[in-house]
Amino acid sequence: MSIISRGFRGKRRDAGDRLPPGQYLVEDFPVLSAGPTPRVPLDRWEFAIDTEAEQTHRWSWEEFMALPAETPTVDIHCVTKWSKLDTTWEGVSLDVLFEDVETAAEYALVYSYGGYTTNLPLEDLLDGKAWIVHRFDGEELEPRHGGPARLIVPHLYFWKSAKWVRGIRLLNDDWPGFWETAGYHNYGDPWREQRYEGD
Amino acid sequence: MTEHLDGNALAGPLGELFTVDMTSATGRCASCGLTGPVASLRVYGPDPGLVARCPGCEEVVLRLVRGPGSAWLDLRGMVSLRLNVPD
Repeated sequence: MSIISRGFRGKRRDAGDRLPPGQYLVEDFPVLSAGPTPRVPLDRWEFAIDTEAEQTHRWSWEEFMALPAETPTVDIHCVTKWSKLDTTWEGVSLDVLFEDVETAAEYALVYSYGGYTTNLPLEDLLDGKAWIVHRFDGEELEPRHGGPARLIVPHLYFWKSAKWVRGIRLLNDDWPGFWETAGYHNYGDPWREQRYEGD
Repeated sequence: MTEHLDGNALAGPLGELFTVDMTSATGRCASCGLTGPVASLRVYGPDPGLVARCPGCEEVVLRLVRGPGSAWLDLRGMVSLRLNVPD
């Protein structure tokens, strides 16, 4: 594979340093799916956080769009070994969505329109590490990439960044999600190459 | 664009695990009860794993993940499977 020069971004680390073990760079944006693409009309879309005390916080599309937005630029790493650098998104930090949520739960189960789920420790969603995004590369997020809105948690393999996100359930006990119950690693840190159960 | 393949796409991956032809086996969907050959399932993937869904209700019937040295097979979405075997 050729070495990609990013000289015009002098302050960035070399692409090689930003590539976790076993990954290769792509310039396109591969689409992987485990089912039909859900089509969610915006007037019926909602996002919810359900706490372990059975309190639910809900946002309609209008309410979600009124929240303060951020434009993270992040590297993403798929467990199928492709990585894509400097992807640009627009959306709402989970820190904003969790501002008024009272919880002592340690675990989160993210659930999506279409039935997909994925689990992670709650702390991996907070402190500037995760967003619910609705724009990619300056455009509305396409349904095949998870639009109208998806989660991004760039420090974990990209299957944790649930497309078509619908809500987050907070749990006292860990509850493995769709791929985590079918052989994939429970946590999925690309820098430790946690691809499969037992890695 | 068709997002899925038909169940014949499972022939190779399942053939690695079973000695009988699994695509001609008849399964019953645990969700809606539809009964039909594995070849009639709608298959998504192959990466990160094969996901076969019921053509009637789109629920997941079978999942197969292949890693180095291990395969994970989930048949929770299937009530039973009738296999053609020699007398």
